[in-house]
Formats: sequence, structure tokens, C-alpha cells
Amino acid sequence: MSKLDDLMRFQQTALSVRGQRQQLLASNIANADTPNYKARDIDFTAVLANKLQLNSSQSATPLAKTANQHMDPSGSVDGIAPMYRTMVQGNVDGNTVDMDVERNAFADNGVRYEAGLTMINMQIRNMLAAIQG
Amino acid sequence: MSLFNVFNVAGSAMSAQAQRLNAVSSNLANADSVTSTSGATYKAKQVVFAAVPMNGTGSTGVKVSEVVEDATPPKLMYDPAHPLADEKGYVASPNVNVVEEMVNMISASRSYQDNVETMNSAKAMLLKTLTLGQ
Repeated sequence: MSKLDDLMRFQQTALSVRGQRQQLLASNIANADTPNYKARDIDFTAVLANKLQLNSSQSATPLAKTANQHMDPSGSVDGIAPMYRTMVQGNVDGNTVDMDVERNAFADNGVRYEAGLTMINMQIRNMLAAIQG
Repeated sequence: MSLFNVFNVAGSAMSAQAQRLNAVSSNLANADSVTSTSGATYKAKQVVFAAVPMNGTGSTGVKVSEVVEDATPPKLMYDPAHPLADEKGYVASPNVNVVEEMVNMISASRSYQDNVETMNSAKAMLLKTLTLGQ
């Protein structure tokens, strides 16, 4: 791996995990009215640490998936295993989406995603400065 | 690219909520469509949402799994002067609960707005990503 790859890997991985989380949160918001839907989220820190470890070793060969419905053994997608949210106030229809929590997390995650983008931009600018002198 | 999936997810929710709004408007429009007690009275229609996993992405969209008819019996009004009244003087009017439908309408339009907002933020994030390195 080149040094540029090494430099970028952390932010790149963080950004892709942020993207995955945004997708999960969007699913929760979309299913706010679906009976028996259980809201899911990921532990960002744990997933990022896990992904960085996987990236550096590159040893684990994933099982081949031959149909769209196939899942990873742990129920995870792309090495990310979502967990279920615990509810403060239950709903009659078995739905565990708390709109306030989800919107809060969605906005928070979006800002952090943009922060990650800014970091990468800075890194690129630094490298350009080093190249051009 | 995982962020593009947000469009699919929010889009599925928007179309499901729009269908719910459609059912509400159909119910409200027919709230006063009276028939004779022997005829088929309009029955309130309700949509049932179900979660659908998006292929291999870990995200979950929404779809309307079925449209069910409200099973409560039609409301009978006593109005002997009505042309559709039966021999006892009753006219059947639909089992639409107008208050419930109004609540449904507000809930559907708020959920729709939530999903539009989700889509907008995802779009802003994607556009920002496109400017990476510039």
C-alpha cells in the first residue's frame, strides 16, 4: 500500500461508516409508521475500530453471496452489525422509532460526515502543498 | 455507494405515505355517500405498511403491503323523507370516522415531510462529497 493510501485510510473508512449509519437512520425515519418495526443503529466507534482492523489485515475472506437475500453470518452488512435501539416510551403498534432521537442522530451524523469531508480536503491540500512546494 | 440508498429508502416511504394520503382523501370524499340499506355502502379504506429490506444494503424501505376495508358496520341514519330510505326509514352511510381520517392525514403529511428532509440532507451530503479535492 502506498503512503497516500495509508494517509487517507482512516478518514475514508470513517466516512464510509458515517454513510452506512446515515442509511440506517434514514431507514428508521422512513419506517416511523410501520407496525412492529424495530429501530436500528450502529456503535460508530466499535464499527470503525473493527473496520480499520479488517482493512489492515485483509485476511478475512467473506462468504460468497449468490442471491440478493443472502446475509452475512452475523446478520451484518459490510462488516457492520446494527443493533436495536431501546425504547423510553413504548408504542401500541410495536414500533420503536422515536422521531426526536432519529432526527437528532441524523443531523448529528450528517454534520460529522461533512466534518470528515473537510478533514480529507485538508489532507489533500497538505499533500498538494508538499508536492508543489 | 451507501448514501444513494437513502434516496431509495426515503422515496419508498414517500410513495407509501402518499398512498396513505390517497386513501384518506378517498375516505373523506365519500364520508357522506349514502346508499340504501340493501346496497353496498362505501367502506373506509386503510393502508397497511410493511418494512422491506433493500437488497444487500442493510437498509429498510417501506411498502404498502395491503389496503384493507374497515370492518365496522355502516352508520344507519333515521331519515324517512330520504329517497333511499328503507321501509323502516333508515339510510346507510359509510363507516368513515372523519376525526380519525383528519388525524391520519396530518400524520401522513408530517411523515412525508420528514422523508423529504431526509432526502434533502442526503443530497446536500452527496453534493459536498462531489466537491472533494477541489
